[in-house]
Amino acid sequence: MNITIPDLSLVVLIGPSGCGKSSFARAHFKSTEVLSSDFCRGLVSDDENSQEATNDAFDVLHYIARKRLTAGRLSVVDATNVQPEARKPLVALAREFHTLPVAIVLNLPEKLCQERNQNRPDRQFGPHVVRNQSQQLRRSIRGLEREGFRHVFVLSSPEEVSSVSITRQPLWNNLKHEHGPFDIIGDVHGCYEELTALLSQLGYQIEDGLTVTPPDGRRAIFVGDLVDRGPRIPEVLRLVMKMVEDGTAFCVPGNHDMKLMRKLKGRDVQLTHGLADSVEQFDKETPEFKQTVIKFLDDLVSHYVFDDGKLVVAHAGMKEEMQGRGSGKVRDFALYGETTGETDEYGLPVRYNWAAEYRGKAMVVYGHTPVAEPEWLNRTINIDTGCVFGGKLTSLRYPERELTAVSALRTYYQSAKPFLAPEEKAPALTTQQQLDDLLDIEDVVGKRIIQTRLQRSITIREENAITALEVMSRFAVNPKWLIYLPPTMSPCETSKRHGLLEHPEEAFAYYLHEGVHKVVCQQKHMGSRAVVVVCRDVDAARKRFGIIEGDVGVCYTRTGRRFFNDAPLEFEFLEKVRKAVEAAGIWDELKTDWVCLDCELMPWSAKAQELLRQQYAPTGAAARVSLPAAITALKAAAENPEVALLAEQYQQRNEAANLYVEAYQRYCWTVHSLADLKLAPFHLLASEGAVHTANDHLWHMETLGRICHADPDLLLATPFQVVDLTDKAEQERGIKWWEELTASGGEGMVVKPLEFVAKSRKGLVQPAVKVRGQEYLRIIYGPEYTLPENLLRLKSRGLGAKRSLALREFALGLEALERFVHEEPLRRVHECVFGVLALESEPVDPRL
Amino acid sequence: MLLTITTTHQPATDLGYLLHKNPAKLHSFELSFGKAHVFYPEASSNRCTVALLLDVDPVGLVRGKRGQHEGGTLDQYVNDRPYVLSSFLSVAMGRAFGTAMSGRSKGRQELADQAIPLTAKLTVIGCRPGEALIHELFEPLGYTVTTERHPLDEKFPEWGEGPYYSVILSGMVRLQDLLNHLYVLVPVLDAEKHYWIGKDEVEKLLRKGEGWLALHPHKEAIVKRYLPRQRQLAREALARLTEEDNPDPDATEQAHTEEETRMEEPMRLWEQRMGAVVAVLRSTGAKRVLDLGCGEGKLLRSLLEERSLTEIVGMDVSYRSLEIASQRLKLDRMPTKQKERLKLMHGSLMYRDKRLAGYDAATVVEVIEHLDAPRLAAFERVLFEAARPKTIVVTTPNREYNVKFETLPAGQFRHKDHRFEWTREQFQQWASQISGRFGYSVRFLPIGEEDPQLGAPTQMGVFSS
Repeated sequence: MNITIPDLSLVVLIGPSGCGKSSFARAHFKSTEVLSSDFCRGLVSDDENSQEATNDAFDVLHYIARKRLTAGRLSVVDATNVQPEARKPLVALAREFHTLPVAIVLNLPEKLCQERNQNRPDRQFGPHVVRNQSQQLRRSIRGLEREGFRHVFVLSSPEEVSSVSITRQPLWNNLKHEHGPFDIIGDVHGCYEELTALLSQLGYQIEDGLTVTPPDGRRAIFVGDLVDRGPRIPEVLRLVMKMVEDGTAFCVPGNHDMKLMRKLKGRDVQLTHGLADSVEQFDKETPEFKQTVIKFLDDLVSHYVFDDGKLVVAHAGMKEEMQGRGSGKVRDFALYGETTGETDEYGLPVRYNWAAEYRGKAMVVYGHTPVAEPEWLNRTINIDTGCVFGGKLTSLRYPERELTAVSALRTYYQSAKPFLAPEEKAPALTTQQQLDDLLDIEDVVGKRIIQTRLQRSITIREENAITALEVMSRFAVNPKWLIYLPPTMSPCETSKRHGLLEHPEEAFAYYLHEGVHKVVCQQKHMGSRAVVVVCRDVDAARKRFGIIEGDVGVCYTRTGRRFFNDAPLEFEFLEKVRKAVEAAGIWDELKTDWVCLDCELMPWSAKAQELLRQQYAPTGAAARVSLPAAITALKAAAENPEVALLAEQYQQRNEAANLYVEAYQRYCWTVHSLADLKLAPFHLLASEGAVHTANDHLWHMETLGRICHADPDLLLATPFQVVDLTDKAEQERGIKWWEELTASGGEGMVVKPLEFVAKSRKGLVQPAVKVRGQEYLRIIYGPEYTLPENLLRLKSRGLGAKRSLALREFALGLEALERFVHEEPLRRVHECVFGVLALESEPVDPRL
Repeated sequence: MLLTITTTHQPATDLGYLLHKNPAKLHSFELSFGKAHVFYPEASSNRCTVALLLDVDPVGLVRGKRGQHEGGTLDQYVNDRPYVLSSFLSVAMGRAFGTAMSGRSKGRQELADQAIPLTAKLTVIGCRPGEALIHELFEPLGYTVTTERHPLDEKFPEWGEGPYYSVILSGMVRLQDLLNHLYVLVPVLDAEKHYWIGKDEVEKLLRKGEGWLALHPHKEAIVKRYLPRQRQLAREALARLTEEDNPDPDATEQAHTEEETRMEEPMRLWEQRMGAVVAVLRSTGAKRVLDLGCGEGKLLRSLLEERSLTEIVGMDVSYRSLEIASQRLKLDRMPTKQKERLKLMHGSLMYRDKRLAGYDAATVVEVIEHLDAPRLAAFERVLFEAARPKTIVVTTPNREYNVKFETLPAGQFRHKDHRFEWTREQFQQWASQISGRFGYSVRFLPIGEEDPQLGAPTQMGVFSS
């Protein structure tokens, strides 16, 4: 006997003790698919036969079943299930998760069950137990379908049981093996002319008005509502039915299609909402045609899941938890969506905006409610642009995500509610942007695992998220601006050279060993890291970033805080950057109206003023009073040779302290106005449609160089050198350059692979390592770090944690930009930026 | 880093006997934080100077001891610790001058018991509260105090003066007393105490302060600053001091009154604010209440006393504040029934949070002024649109009233972290706009003494849906 069950179902085995349910389950299902009540009894009580544990055992069983059904896994309940009250919660469970309940009944002779139980030492209950169960079972069989079981299989003899084979059938809606490409077409409503025009525009050849040949490998998907209201309903049906028959199209049903079908079947249906038009046009058709239409409509599947689950098409949309499932509720949702139970000013039901809360991974394309313009919202898009109401017929190319539309030739039907918003009423922000105003705490807190394009998954620990939440909430700029946070940067390995902590040769060696043959050495500016986002104008800031406060851009620090506390100064600053970008012709060149720049803003003292006043300057001030006083006292007692030796040491310390003060002073100057600031951009991170990681650093340097050239007062082009690591002479030249930079007091240099993203066989290579100068390092390791006894100890330092952190933050930062550029919802961008901030709170030696 | 003590008591070289350190030698000590050296820059019969030089090792302090997992005592290599006199001085004194500090002397006990002319020179002391504190601490003990302040950086006068002073103390005093005064008071001036951590620090303070600390007019400030990171310990130390000082409970009472008087002004405002919030909650009959931005739990404590409230949730974005609140409210020791009423929760007013939905009332007391004005929009939607409690109580300073605070410079906000402060008109405009947008009605209440022109110090908006 062959039993066919849906591949996502809740299988309920029914039979008295001893009928062989467990053996049956073992024979036909994976052990992890079978949820046995006896096993659960054992879990909670250490006794698989404990009747006292029954309630707890079923709690556990139901709990596991819920988890499995949520995850879309077939589950088998191995319990006697002979009483209706035992089966009822299981049917409810299956319904809740939109899966089909299947009953397999093992209706074997009572005698056989009694015998089997007698042979088992652990089943020492009296014969009355099995007798009762058998009776209950027999009373149950007839009512199983009424109880809600969609498939009931009764096996009545041991032979039948042993002959069974089970076939699992994918649900009709499962078209995951169809990968496209597709052209998804909105609600047609009998607009035949517009439909053929649209198909032609998409490259479909139409012969004799009926036979359609798609362009290479493409197929059409109709979101339903082919009928009612429009002028040429039967012709639309003929065309679509033919395409479906030919395998050049898929079609899901719309509510109008279903209502027409009921009418054609002779049901009593009200002739409202344009059904009258269909009925009138069908009057001229043959009964055969009507029968074909009925059959076609009857066979339509509520919704389809395509392309490994990446695309879902349904008439009125589909919630994540219903995708790929089958139940009456799923069908209702696909046809009508959900309503809130309220009605609007036009007397129409208010729809529950499922898309606003959609968090699923699959793209959902739907129609049903006419909109003026299709708008992406959380990976969903409504492409019903009201052709029959005089709007247009829209299609979405998948996977390209391109929209194509054909305007309606005229208005065929008056909409009860004006769906074309009058121009002046058009909201300043898109629905997505309005939704993005409100981020949800569940999208950032707790332990999170973020998938990125560069590194498979990055884990954010809960305690780090706690810290990030505080910083983000209290200090960060509007998250809409926050599309990137820069990663931390590791220094090169510690130098083996005498008297030095860092030297370029370690950086060169690192990259060479990672298989990088060319690097770019950029002068490292000693200021503060700044991310600058600047738009072409206020309008671009509104459209692209959803900023309605009238800002044209933003400048923020590495932790997402606004760089300037002085709003007029920030405005003036951004205005200058904007003009420079414009003067360099970047808007047109990159076809963008915004850019995101990674920069260093100088002087250091502009942002680090407090740090300087609280830590750096005081250390120098104290040293420069104390050390000379100590030297004076020691010299007075220097007759003692031991004291004289000490005096000598203090002299050296004093010199070091003076060098330290000179070192930090070099990076400080007083900022009276914008004229005292310098901005050195070194990455042109992103612009419309692109994160510029495919361009190498020479492109970044060259493009930014042109921007800097446009305003040399504010902008500073970063000096750089390219070094071929396979050429020792070039390496020497790079080292020499570093020596010159640091000898004149520079911070040092940053060495990067020429490619923006470099990979070795172990994975990502450090995107940059810094090589800092000897004098600069006094600011990091203290005035006297160069004294031999200090340097010796400082040389032992581990870079592992820092480097791992740098890579994770790099991957997350770029992921944030990618998601922004791909117009994903803000929460998806924010998740990454928040992750960078959280990672920054990990304990890693801050001096590295 | 350098302490010198000079005497002109003749023969001055007797100082060597008092200190048990031969003036001809260099005495060096290994200490946990580095080294200390004792030597004599001058030693004649007219005048003798001893120098205690601290050689603090910042690298060692940051790195910690070998094998020690968590970092060391310091967290920054760039640090003033090697160049200032701090608690490290006290440790070094304990090692170098221990006997002298106990007042014992092998050969010169009479001299040790005698007040002699002594001058101590401290190079340098970090004293952030300013030089007045130096005078306040040492002058009551009979010293003539001279201070010299050092600039932070000559090149950048706009950075202001530094916190560093060279200090000269002179007086007729027993050497033992001078040493003990320095032992206790140098860390008090510096107050950045990296070294004191254990409970025995209290014992040390009491021992070294014996005979003078209890009588010092600023003893409370001394105790508090001596143990700035150990509130619990400080309280204990204070209680035991009063006992040793005088078992008279009146004195304790007086100390409390003094403290209260100093804080009276803001305290009363706080009480009035809480009173008004509680009154509003009572008037609405709310049972389940959110205190958003609960901080260290001041309002929660009052709410807990309201028996009619069945559920009180305190939320704050600062985890540290919640920990303090939990300690202050003794959450872990609260009886189960009480504990069930109160929940502390880490969260943010910038993010929609379904945990906040379904409450009768929310209080947002002195919180909004800590939000960046452009982020208010998010807060409004989180609270008024998503959480939607029936009643929302918002309080915020009335900026107009600020001129009445004498200590507040014109144009400045009351708190350093305030992002804005509103006039009554600004607040009412905002509140009316919000209530219109989200379907609430609003009424306003002044809190605190009302000035006919300026209004009350705090303004309150009560929103009802």
